[in-house]
Amino acid sequence: MPMFNMNDILETINMLKEENLDIRTITMGISLFDCVSDDENVLAERIYDKITRKAEQLVRTGETIEKEYGIPIVNKRVSVTPISLVGGGASPAGYVKIAKAMDRAADTLGINFIGGFGALVQKGMTTGARALIEAIPQALSETERVCSSVNVASTKAGINMDAIKQVGGVIKRLAYLTKDKDSIGCAKFVVFANVPEDNPFMAGAFHGMGEPECVINVGVSGPGVVAAAVRRAGDCDLSKLAEVIKKTAFKITRMGQLVATEASKRLGVPFGIVDLSLAPTPQVGDSVAHILEAMGLETTGCFGTTACLAMLNDAVKKGGVMASGHVGGLSGAFIPVSEDAGMIDAVRCGSLPLEKLEAMTAVCSVGLDMIAVPGDTPEAVLCGIIADEISIGVANTKTTAVRVIPAYGKKAGDEINFGGLLGHAPVMNINMRSPETFISRGGRIPAPIHSLKN
Amino acid sequence: MKAVITVIGKDNKGIIAKVSSECFSWGGNISDISQSVMKEYFAMIMLVDIAGLTIPFTEFVEKMEALGRENGLEIVTMHEDIFNSMHKI
Repeated sequence: MPMFNMNDILETINMLKEENLDIRTITMGISLFDCVSDDENVLAERIYDKITRKAEQLVRTGETIEKEYGIPIVNKRVSVTPISLVGGGASPAGYVKIAKAMDRAADTLGINFIGGFGALVQKGMTTGARALIEAIPQALSETERVCSSVNVASTKAGINMDAIKQVGGVIKRLAYLTKDKDSIGCAKFVVFANVPEDNPFMAGAFHGMGEPECVINVGVSGPGVVAAAVRRAGDCDLSKLAEVIKKTAFKITRMGQLVATEASKRLGVPFGIVDLSLAPTPQVGDSVAHILEAMGLETTGCFGTTACLAMLNDAVKKGGVMASGHVGGLSGAFIPVSEDAGMIDAVRCGSLPLEKLEAMTAVCSVGLDMIAVPGDTPEAVLCGIIADEISIGVANTKTTAVRVIPAYGKKAGDEINFGGLLGHAPVMNINMRSPETFISRGGRIPAPIHSLKN
Repeated sequence: MKAVITVIGKDNKGIIAKVSSECFSWGGNISDISQSVMKEYFAMIMLVDIAGLTIPFTEFVEKMEALGRENGLEIVTMHEDIFNSMHKI
């Protein structure tokens, strides 16, 4: 075979068939700025119309590419302009109406999630942002597919502690309103610091302000492929191992780039970015924790985990950057608990407490993701968890986020189960001592200094 | 435009004939073929010109897959671009 090496072909097929390589998501970003109206009903209708018009061919195109290239594309999704920016003066009830219009649009399109029911409040809150945040519990509990995010901090603006106080209450309320489904509402809500505006992954996806009218962003996956490559590398030193991970990440990302280019061409929509994230699923053989264990940890969470993850995350980025024309989004290793079989086991056996998880988030993508905590966790403790994680992002000029589920009626050691990609998780035992006085001070934590680095 | 057909299986009796006649019947033109055997397993890789296909490519992929199922083989048909992008810089 002059054009191809037989081993290369078999390697690709093995990655796809045995090692769970897939494209995690093709996400179409759609601007809703031209939908504005001072009438809530007109606004909701325009939003429904625009989303269903722009993304009409999204699912079909994704499926055709899937078939032609033999690459599974797990999700086709839509992200929109943060709704607080187009909702303007709408009432909380009006924002709920918009959420329902988004949900209907997602249903019509046949997609499982739509992101962008959110607000950017790192420095302060507009009337629209306040009304939207107030509407989140009802909006997410009365819809199925709508995802929401609020950016409460940035390295340039500092941390809006008033906003953190408010979202703590939102999370508790959301847990209560969806108590019949293990508080699943909280799995659709993320609190961010330094949020990226082109992230294709849910629940934090939205279509940022500097984005074009419509754009295609692609998120790759592939923890199973990296784990298999690390295992095959056998007993080598870490320089060699970093090289193995880089090469694997390059190949995975090239596939993402191909799908992104192809989808963009067929849909007639510009290509935005490829997100280099290693995104796990609860499926066996698709775990980021298992990569760390293949690298040499007894169990994820033991000492050495942070170093291991830092190296993995860096190597994935280095390999991926060269493989794609434009890289963006969250780009790094995801470490959600409920969506990763190895992480679930590590928490269950007591190897991975919340504090260690927090340290891990300082060197990798995203943050405290899909963490189940007891239902009676006080609001102030939730706010403390969020404030801690957000300050890691702000101080280190990186994105961090919190997606925490205070599972209503559950206590430490119980299990919650969302099914599907959202997975299942043990409820973690956490430090319940109170930061209430600190949190109730409110105000803003000033932006950090960026010299005198120590 | 070309596609790569990979056939993986245990027994290769008459397989080349079956796969190539199925290919031919839908207008696929085999431009290269390579085969290797490891222990009892064999892998055959065909490079097929799909410009003259009489059915949509996605249907062709399904036809080949079905042929594999009928014969206890795994037949994977993929557009050549995936290999170009993953293995060539």
